[in-house]
Amino acid sequence: MTIDEIKNGIVIDHITAGKGMKIYTLLKLENLDCSVALINNAPSRKMGKKDIIKIDADIEVNTDILGYVDPDITVNIIKDGKTQEKKRIALPEKLTNVITCKNPRCISGTEQELPHVFTLTDKEKRIYRCLYCESQAK
Amino acid sequence: MMRSLIDIAELSLEEIDSLLATANDIIDNPQKYSEKCKGKKLATLFFEPSTRTRLSFEAAMYELGGNVLGFSEAQSSSAAKGESIADTAKTVSCYADIIAMRHPKEGAPLVASMNASIPVINAGDGGHNHPTQTLADLLTIKREKGRFDNLTVGLCGDLKFGRTVHSLINALRRYNNVKFVLISPNELRVPEYIRESLKKENFEIVETTDLEAAMPQLDILYMTRVQRERFFNEEEYLRLRDSYILTPEKLTNAKSDLSILHPLPRVNEISVGVDQDPRACYFKQVLNGKYMRMALILMLLGVE
Repeated sequence: MTIDEIKNGIVIDHITAGKGMKIYTLLKLENLDCSVALINNAPSRKMGKKDIIKIDADIEVNTDILGYVDPDITVNIIKDGKTQEKKRIALPEKLTNVITCKNPRCISGTEQELPHVFTLTDKEKRIYRCLYCESQAK
Repeated sequence: MMRSLIDIAELSLEEIDSLLATANDIIDNPQKYSEKCKGKKLATLFFEPSTRTRLSFEAAMYELGGNVLGFSEAQSSSAAKGESIADTAKTVSCYADIIAMRHPKEGAPLVASMNASIPVINAGDGGHNHPTQTLADLLTIKREKGRFDNLTVGLCGDLKFGRTVHSLINALRRYNNVKFVLISPNELRVPEYIRESLKKENFEIVETTDLEAAMPQLDILYMTRVQRERFFNEEEYLRLRDSYILTPEKLTNAKSDLSILHPLPRVNEISVGVDQDPRACYFKQVLNGKYMRMALILMLLGVE
């Protein structure tokens, strides 16, 4: 399968196979005007198979979202057809307005304009808890 | 710096010691404190009914010589008109010096503290936190036992949803050689994350469904109510309910210096017959709650 090289933009690489669509949705890439390619199950020497997202525009992506979904992702910044920078993504300490609390008793479900904030409480197990009610993110 | 109290874990051991010392001093010298908060106002914002906690806060403020304003149900507040917690907190900050808030939504007092310009005390938020109940529990344990270290603490009943149980575990886990005996039906065991974190810190925990078998080793027995609404199956509820009712007979094998605590209200989980037993401490606990709330109000208002 051939996807055009991009000139100036971003390649989100080494996404665990199956998680590409989730990232696409959380980053709201459907709202972009430029070409966006989501490749599922691309062959990978390291991972066997992986997902890749190519964005043909020089935009800022929310690395907290990437780190939350899959901290092994790499982000390549492409300038003039060449990789200018390779970024590794870390597990974010705090997530703001990335996910919402599923606890029906949590204040974040009813309070107007309250940001949805989650904090990393267990790095090893990648557990995030709601700032307000401490429910585990699902 | 302005302080609030949303979660018991926000208090250091030194601060808890200081609150306990103040509460003990209030008990010994109430007159000394009778005008400490003269001219200060406590706003009790109770978005759901809680007679005991609200009255305890109000009595605490009056005994410090202060005044109280507020409401005791959401219907009589502007929340009924759709006002946000943030706006309520900002507004009440203009009228009062300190807020005590009870709210059915978990995290509401935290949101209030993020928006208020005066200290906020969490007086219970849903099934989440109830730090002043834990302060009452701690003062009771301290006065009855004289220590927090080297205690075997039995927690009995609804350990899954009971916020007072979770807060008390979190408070006592900071002391040395505390052993937890968790007595509950399988359906209402302590949440896994609490169990796991206790094990990770090498705490000795015993889980059992048998209250009577656990009894002889306990220094503290903290009773809670097994609530009907937590069960999916009525038969299961009826089967389990009675095994966690404390009666004088079940205390036969208990230590002579056991202390029995309960956050109240009780329904039937401690039979009235136990009330006469000198080991029953739950009404002293109510009184201790008022003294700890007095100490906390003084601390948060920065009154010497």
